[in-house]
Amino acid sequence: MKGQRLGWAPYALLLPSLVFLAVFFAAPMVQAFGLAFQNDAGNWSLESWRTMFADAQFREALVTTLILIVILIPVQFVLAMAMALVINARLKWSGLWLYIYAIPLGISELAAGIIWFAIFTQQGWLNSILEGLGILDRPYIFLNYQNPAWLISAVVLAEAWRATSIIMIILVAGLQGIPRDFFEAADVFGATSWQKVRRVILPMLRPSVQVALILRTILAFQAFAVVIALAGGGLTVLSSEAYRWYSDYRDSHVAAAYAGFILMLSVVSTILFLWLLPVREEQQG
Amino acid sequence: MTSIARDLPAAPRVDREAVAARQARARRRMLGRGLLYAAAVLLALWVLFPIYLITITAFSPRDAVYDYPKQLIPGTLSAETMRFFVDAEGVLGALWNSVLVAVVTLIFSTLIGAPAGYALARFAFRGRDAFRLIVLSTRAFPIVILSIPLAVSFIEWGIYDTIWSVALMHTALALPFTVLITSSIFISVPRDLEEAALTLGCTPATAFVKVVLPLALPGLAAASIFTFVLSWNEVFAAVILTLRERTLPALVLAALNQSPVPFRLAAGWFMLAPSLIFIFVIRRYLLGLWGRVSR
Repeated sequence: MKGQRLGWAPYALLLPSLVFLAVFFAAPMVQAFGLAFQNDAGNWSLESWRTMFADAQFREALVTTLILIVILIPVQFVLAMAMALVINARLKWSGLWLYIYAIPLGISELAAGIIWFAIFTQQGWLNSILEGLGILDRPYIFLNYQNPAWLISAVVLAEAWRATSIIMIILVAGLQGIPRDFFEAADVFGATSWQKVRRVILPMLRPSVQVALILRTILAFQAFAVVIALAGGGLTVLSSEAYRWYSDYRDSHVAAAYAGFILMLSVVSTILFLWLLPVREEQQG
Repeated sequence: MTSIARDLPAAPRVDREAVAARQARARRRMLGRGLLYAAAVLLALWVLFPIYLITITAFSPRDAVYDYPKQLIPGTLSAETMRFFVDAEGVLGALWNSVLVAVVTLIFSTLIGAPAGYALARFAFRGRDAFRLIVLSTRAFPIVILSIPLAVSFIEWGIYDTIWSVALMHTALALPFTVLITSSIFISVPRDLEEAALTLGCTPATAFVKVVLPLALPGLAAASIFTFVLSWNEVFAAVILTLRERTLPALVLAALNQSPVPFRLAAGWFMLAPSLIFIFVIRRYLLGLWGRVSR
């Protein structure tokens, strides 16, 4: 077949992307390692890590990042699942629903942060609506530096609003892979909708759920612009610390240590999801 | 079976019970459908309502941006706030940079990634799975960790603070997606057609250009739009890799906390608007693009 006639062809086709990934992905990765574990003089040292751990902002950034993820991931998963089930129910205008739910897929973190800033700011929509309903009698300052609970809630809402569509799309694609017979069989046995979700959909959907959770968690560790847009300096996360050390303090070593720390957390969470949600061999797509 | 049972005159009571049960089931199904529509509408409002709010704020007169309490049905619409944003220093230049970066990213990642996607789709070769795995695993690495060392390298190479550095970085981010997406697009082009062309005397290259490419084109276009959006939205790398040659998100982010509220809101709307159109254009490909990539 063709494979024998043009044995070199696939390799020639792969070559450009391999070279590119080597130069712009693998090399920087190695350099980041070097930056994080070397000092200014170029000697191996743990200096930047010590600086990072000792920094007053580090603990706050870590805690905020973890809180965000612990709240965000379940909220988004439930929302995305609801959207996916609505799409899968094949209602009228199903294309329209899918389009609407997918819109945030194209919206940046920064834009989403600004949109929710318009809602949460003192002269914003939330205050206008609450006052209109008579719940508040004067505007409440939600985005107050002294009020981290509201700052975190605003970031969670903005991120849940923006980044649920990606999970939804992965779940819908997974749902469409479940054979229709399974639902019909469940109907024959008189399963309720809730039983169908519990016993048919969730087990069958496990590979998609796993991918969606891993992808979303990795991205959530990098949340950055949305935090700056909503909380300014009132809230800090790991990525914004990396940015601060790079651009304000001009210290790429500590910035690289932060980046390495984020990478480490991403790897740990990936392993955790692989371990918590094992996918059986025959379920792999 | 059931229809015969229904026609039997001997069991009128069973009949009535069966009818009642069927009606109850139909009522439940109607109720279920109703609830589903209600959920569909609620979820749609959750997505659309914030977009509506930012839109009417961004298109109110500049002073009205500070109005309080705000009215859900705007009194006057005006492009004043938007004009204030577009005329602000650096915005047009940054806009132009954003478009350039996205276009260059799109060209680079298609030229480099699509051949690999084609190879994955059409050839069985040693190392195929390893390559797929490498490409997939790149998604586990955060942008943060790439940007900082690349900034150092770009300074050495003398392309720091140019659109090229940002475009190269964005290509590195987009490339894995391009490879996987294009491979799934080429898989969907029937192989028989290509082989028929080869039998009829086409060289592999002409068979590709005349047969495969036209069929793959809509999917490739959708994938390119996706790459464009990815680059248009990316902010962390852009703000690290530039100082004066900002892209739009980098400019907005760097100035965010010093800029007046109308500027921020107009910027938010401006960055959001293209995605409404882009997602609409590629809506039919979304499931194909993402469903395949996620496996």
